[in-house]
Amino acid sequence: MGIRERLSGNEAIAYAMKQINPDVMGAFPITPSTEIPQYFSTYVDNGQVDTEFIAVESEHSAMSTCIGAQAAGARAISATSSCGLCYMTEMLYVAASDRLPITLAVSCRALSGPININNDHSDAMGVRDSGWLMLFAETNQEAYDNYLQAMRIGEAVDLPIMICQDGFITSHAIENIELVEDEKVKEFVGEWNPKHYMLKKGEPMAVGAYATPAYYIEAKRQQAQAMMDAKEVIKKVGKEFGEMTGRTYGLVENFMMDDAEEAILIIGSSAGTAKEAVKKLRAAGKKVGLVKIRSFRPFPSEEIVDALKNVKAFAAMDKDDSFNGHCGPMYAEVCASMYAAGVTAPKGINYIYGLGGRDVRVDSIEHVFAELEKIADTGVTGETYRYLEVRD
Amino acid sequence: MSYNLKEEMQKEGRFLGGHRMCAGCGSPIAVRTILRALNPEDHAVVCSATSCLEVSTFMYPYTSWKESFIHNAFENAAATISGVETAYNALKKRGKIDETWKFIAFGGDGGTYDIGFQSLSGAMERGHDMVYVCYDNEAYMNTGIQRSSSTPHFADTTTTPAGTVVPGKMQQKKDLTKIMVAHGIPYVAQTTFMGNFKDISEKAHKAIYTPGAAFLNVMAPCPRGWRYPSEKLMEVTKAAVDTCVWPLFEVVEGKYTLTYKPKEKKPVEEYLKMQGRFAHMFKKGNEWMIEEAQKEVDRKWEELLKLCEM
Amino acid sequence: MSHLAKDMTPDVSWKDITPGCNIYEGGTSVTVETGDWRTMKPVWDATKCKQCMLCTPVCPDMSIPVDADGKRGDFNYFFCKGCGICANVCPFNAITMVKDEK
Repeated sequence: MGIRERLSGNEAIAYAMKQINPDVMGAFPITPSTEIPQYFSTYVDNGQVDTEFIAVESEHSAMSTCIGAQAAGARAISATSSCGLCYMTEMLYVAASDRLPITLAVSCRALSGPININNDHSDAMGVRDSGWLMLFAETNQEAYDNYLQAMRIGEAVDLPIMICQDGFITSHAIENIELVEDEKVKEFVGEWNPKHYMLKKGEPMAVGAYATPAYYIEAKRQQAQAMMDAKEVIKKVGKEFGEMTGRTYGLVENFMMDDAEEAILIIGSSAGTAKEAVKKLRAAGKKVGLVKIRSFRPFPSEEIVDALKNVKAFAAMDKDDSFNGHCGPMYAEVCASMYAAGVTAPKGINYIYGLGGRDVRVDSIEHVFAELEKIADTGVTGETYRYLEVRD
Repeated sequence: MSYNLKEEMQKEGRFLGGHRMCAGCGSPIAVRTILRALNPEDHAVVCSATSCLEVSTFMYPYTSWKESFIHNAFENAAATISGVETAYNALKKRGKIDETWKFIAFGGDGGTYDIGFQSLSGAMERGHDMVYVCYDNEAYMNTGIQRSSSTPHFADTTTTPAGTVVPGKMQQKKDLTKIMVAHGIPYVAQTTFMGNFKDISEKAHKAIYTPGAAFLNVMAPCPRGWRYPSEKLMEVTKAAVDTCVWPLFEVVEGKYTLTYKPKEKKPVEEYLKMQGRFAHMFKKGNEWMIEEAQKEVDRKWEELLKLCEM
Repeated sequence: MSHLAKDMTPDVSWKDITPGCNIYEGGTSVTVETGDWRTMKPVWDATKCKQCMLCTPVCPDMSIPVDADGKRGDFNYFFCKGCGICANVCPFNAITMVKDEK
């Protein structure tokens, strides 16, 4: 079962791309995702894939070529980070609204300024409303596994999908990984056979209309439905993937949540650190748990409410800030989910953490749990908008 | 095969009526002419940058394009069509397509000389088998006649109004055609509408069927922005050519050829006086502006003649 | 569920609208009348016309039909916006612009 390897997160993504052998890749280098097109162009130049690789002159053009290629009937992919993702933002909205299931690997990195090459989630969170599906990985293994599931998910709902991992932390760190055999990947991912595409014989297709107010909102409502429908698709594909590999995926991963009284919600590689803290605190008799959000888009509101409904206090951990003067994006969405479901008993706070690669250690997370315990004991929430590991 | 207008006009149109471009606009004339240059058995995917052309020809659910069409954004028609061309190569290689398709992008001067310049330069350098057509009407017409880097010296636009201190646009027009030549692509040409449309039709055919990247710069007047009566279109383009403001030439593998030499080079006033955007140049005391415009035309024309002798 | 352009009326529901407002046909704009923009109207005098064809490529609105014999026919007033370029290029005064009485 599987092939044991040691790969960095970037190489794991590139390896998944090689196994899938998509039609077109349009890419532009940016730290820390640069290695993905580098590895991939080596596969191209050595004939290990027959993908057409376009080394474009910017991320904006990378996504533009992907839009052209996918609309033409090809499977198109790209990879980027940070300012590169920002630069293609305009095109991300177009890709989603044109309903083109492009796959984009993102090695998440802080945004300028000040310029910083280390990890946080401000790039991905900055485009969270662009209409893309967004899966986040905790480990190299998850980055690889998510990538293998990406096209099945995106193509089922005609939406583009971002496979996010943490820059350097998983993108460059080499870890043990279990790869899926080539034939199994081919069978699992399958072919993309769109009903309509621009190069279809005998059927012209026009893409990118000017939509007047008589049509625009209907198109958007339909797009919103696709995002809602994606929840079931992600669960179904994650289950099938589990049947093939033994690694099953859902929208969230609950860790020691069954009887938890205090919980944190977290995304990406920091979940690994936080799990260590949870284990340590559990060993000391504390009833703590963790909810790892794998799918940020669609947002797993029901799953989160279900996980948190019996806790006394929770902290939503945002590795970016909305700069709205009161909270980060995950906190806002978690609170909206709870309120909408009528669950108002748990006290919730928000931590902004890890910006620009600020280290978050096991004891940092223990500090968060200590604060949650205080809130649970006293019933006093105090300041909800907090920064973690920042010098006073 | 020699050019024959009758035969050209018998070809099935690939750009159809019901579009919402202004009466007398030059751009649909350029588009339909260029698409007629496709061999009848071939297909094309057409891309348009956001522009008058785009918003007027694909207002949902009405497309004026007989062929597959894609609009993406203002600044990326070249990158977008390069993605389509690459997809074609990929799908053809994998046996999923058997027909011959060509790839043509249209952009106005705003989308080409300015905001789409990087995307254009990238696509040309990469050498995709595509044609990029700039329909040059020398300002941002879709947003209401603002200056672009293609707007000629002294022109009155809504962001370079001819004022009491600043008399219109104070910079010269960017020479984009030459910049495209500098990319070393196999075919570059400058053209407009003349007589029986031989010049533009032949250049379009060459551009489409030259393997690799090709660039066509087509002067496509805008009666509203240039302020001339719409019926005078062909007089305006003829004057542009006869005054050498817009010379007709092509550059094949780096070799310049003049495709039309006016019998007698007319003074630049003959072109300027037809258009309201230059009206202030004819006011008393502004004679220096016309002199300067003439000098600029003369210098560029001499340079072009030298290049064509090479 | 129809995805034909003709069914994408302003009454179409969000469930039925074509995804992404994409259209799977070519040339659907031919049902759009633009002739009603016209204030001046070109009138073709077939007796004066020498079929030189110079008027045909200058039309921005595809309003001068050309038949299989390579001859132009009468104007398509459904599209013609009355710009007058054709009348201006005609060497034989076979096209006259007149006020369009609607």
